[in-house]
Amino acid sequence: MAGLASAFGSGAMTNSISEIADARVIFVVGSNTTEQHPMIAMHMLEAVDRGATLIVADPRKTQIAAFAHTHLRQRSGTDVALLNGIMNVIIGEGLVDINFVRRRTENFDEFEKVVKRCTPEVAEKITGVPASDIQRVARIYATEKRSMLFYSMGITQHVTGVDNVRSCANLVMLTAHIGQPMTGLNPLRGQNNVQGACDMGALPDVYSGYQKVADARARKKFESAWRRKLPSAPGMTMIDMFDSALEGKLKAMYIVGENPVMSDPDTSHVIEAIRKLDFLVVQDIFMSETAELADVILPAVTFAEKDGTFTNTERRVQKVRRAVRPMYGAMPDWKIISELSKKMGYDMGYRAAHEIMEEAALLTPVYGGILHHRLDAFGLQWPCPDADHPGTPFMHRKKFAKGLGTFNPIEFTPPDETTDMAYPFILTTGRLYFRYHTATMCRRTATLEREEPECFVEINPKDAGRIGLRSGNFVKAVSRRGEIVVKALVTDRTPEGIVFIPFHFREAAVNLITSPAVDPVAKIPEFKVCAINLVPVIPKPGERPKNRYNRKEDLKILNELYEEPEVPS
Amino acid sequence: MEKVSTICPYCGCGCGLYLHVENGLITGVSPSAHHPVNHGSLCVKGWNCHEFVQHPDRLKYPLVRKDGILQKSSWEDALDLIASRLSGTKEKYGPDAIGILSSAKCTNEENFVMMKFARAVIGTNNIDHCARL
Repeated sequence: MAGLASAFGSGAMTNSISEIADARVIFVVGSNTTEQHPMIAMHMLEAVDRGATLIVADPRKTQIAAFAHTHLRQRSGTDVALLNGIMNVIIGEGLVDINFVRRRTENFDEFEKVVKRCTPEVAEKITGVPASDIQRVARIYATEKRSMLFYSMGITQHVTGVDNVRSCANLVMLTAHIGQPMTGLNPLRGQNNVQGACDMGALPDVYSGYQKVADARARKKFESAWRRKLPSAPGMTMIDMFDSALEGKLKAMYIVGENPVMSDPDTSHVIEAIRKLDFLVVQDIFMSETAELADVILPAVTFAEKDGTFTNTERRVQKVRRAVRPMYGAMPDWKIISELSKKMGYDMGYRAAHEIMEEAALLTPVYGGILHHRLDAFGLQWPCPDADHPGTPFMHRKKFAKGLGTFNPIEFTPPDETTDMAYPFILTTGRLYFRYHTATMCRRTATLEREEPECFVEINPKDAGRIGLRSGNFVKAVSRRGEIVVKALVTDRTPEGIVFIPFHFREAAVNLITSPAVDPVAKIPEFKVCAINLVPVIPKPGERPKNRYNRKEDLKILNELYEEPEVPS
Repeated sequence: MEKVSTICPYCGCGCGLYLHVENGLITGVSPSAHHPVNHGSLCVKGWNCHEFVQHPDRLKYPLVRKDGILQKSSWEDALDLIASRLSGTKEKYGPDAIGILSSAKCTNEENFVMMKFARAVIGTNNIDHCARL
């Protein structure tokens, strides 16, 4: 989001999902949309049925790539070169919307100097994508009026994540594909309320609505509303917190509904950091790998047992309604925190979720008109500054949130880890259709567990042949940080030299081997590029590598704690 | 049977769906027919999104580690312990020795409360969530 904020002044999907079906060009960069955002992919495929051109840039032949008219298979971590190559063609062939660039943007000249050097031929050398494909895509994207650009973690989970996003923003401004329906730069957010968590200021440098903690006026507003002096220096990101814990500076952590032991890169580093803490509280719905290390565990409720709102990837704030009363002895997170806060001498005084939103609306200009009673019919899309505002389906119509849009000149820089003799494969991690994040929820859903019960590594047939591997064989994946054993799946979905492992499985937790390198600005880890080696494993007779989920073993700790499961009344 | 209109808890699409409730238990899911995102469809996760809610593995009461072992506790005792340990840490090492991770699975209201707790009650800007993962 840092990348988008620096270009436009606001980090969110600029346009709406319902516009997709009417687009003429759909350009998807680094998003496995059919598997990860199936209902958004449905709109994309509807557009294709109506004659739109689908372009997908992804090293893997994902399902959405199989539907694409043009599939650009760039080498992992070379997105900047690919996008610069495309923009070079757009500038060279006079397809720039000069009017828009003059009126609405700044810093074009600096940007042009950098892009001029990255001809399609140069880009081909870096990315492996044929120059003719780069030219074709540039022409299709630039000449069509209704062109929508989408990206996801394939763009952001790199040490150059912010650069990648800024390059996408450059492309969109260059062709004026923004501020109109069926255009825009559209990040697809992974988790149901990751947009909302950002909007509500669960970030170290901003309050709700992206108001900076360093800004004295914003701070004063929150200070007077909350009757407390507030700190002015930005805090630590999650990755910084674990580093600080390792150094012995961070002493206590309170983790709500997160499982960093599974989701963060370089697992052993995270566990070591957590062990160093004096005190850890985990609040969750299930025992997680992180909760097992906690000093206190508090049972929270699921979405079905509480009222509130979620904000989806197109900024739509929607109502979540309580369907059943809290199971067992669990409590909603907001109630737990309010109770705790009272015990620490600060009474928040909330009686219901809508009262919290009323306070948030008062303090957050973009949520100013977001009130529970207005959300009944499919919610409202922010910015929604007041109680009469109908919401905003697409942003940046007349001007960008920050005024002029900024072109950022960006040179290609290689990923943090490159392959060598010892670690000849590039590992990229990702997600599966039947799975969700660290799998605490889908593991407890029989239909989902049935479909993809075990972890695997996707490997190209040529690479597999070279190291003598067949589908179903066990293989050890080794990086500079650790090793895991998984089953091989030989497929041309992944190109030569690149292998793919999903990160959902605790018995083959791929984050034991991923790289801790992060983007210097956004602190997002480089999950999409890490150098590994693959060594076939031959199990001894009667022995089976532990790569399948064993619920009994997984729950040993729970069984020791709990008697027979109680049936909810 | 009662149908409760709500939003899918899985990905960022934010599909509209109904939870079917009978005798205080959720028995099924159906998609919202006119929702602008899903138009009467759901993916396999959405269709099964109620299953984990009533799973017997759910955490049922607070647990507190005593002599290295997690033991059952009351809400009152668990919250008292957290309050005194966090206050103690704050007094001894300052508010910035405490870090808070909120969640992209929680509601907007809960994230707002978490950030208020970090900033106003603890007095630190060390608050983050898993946006980058």
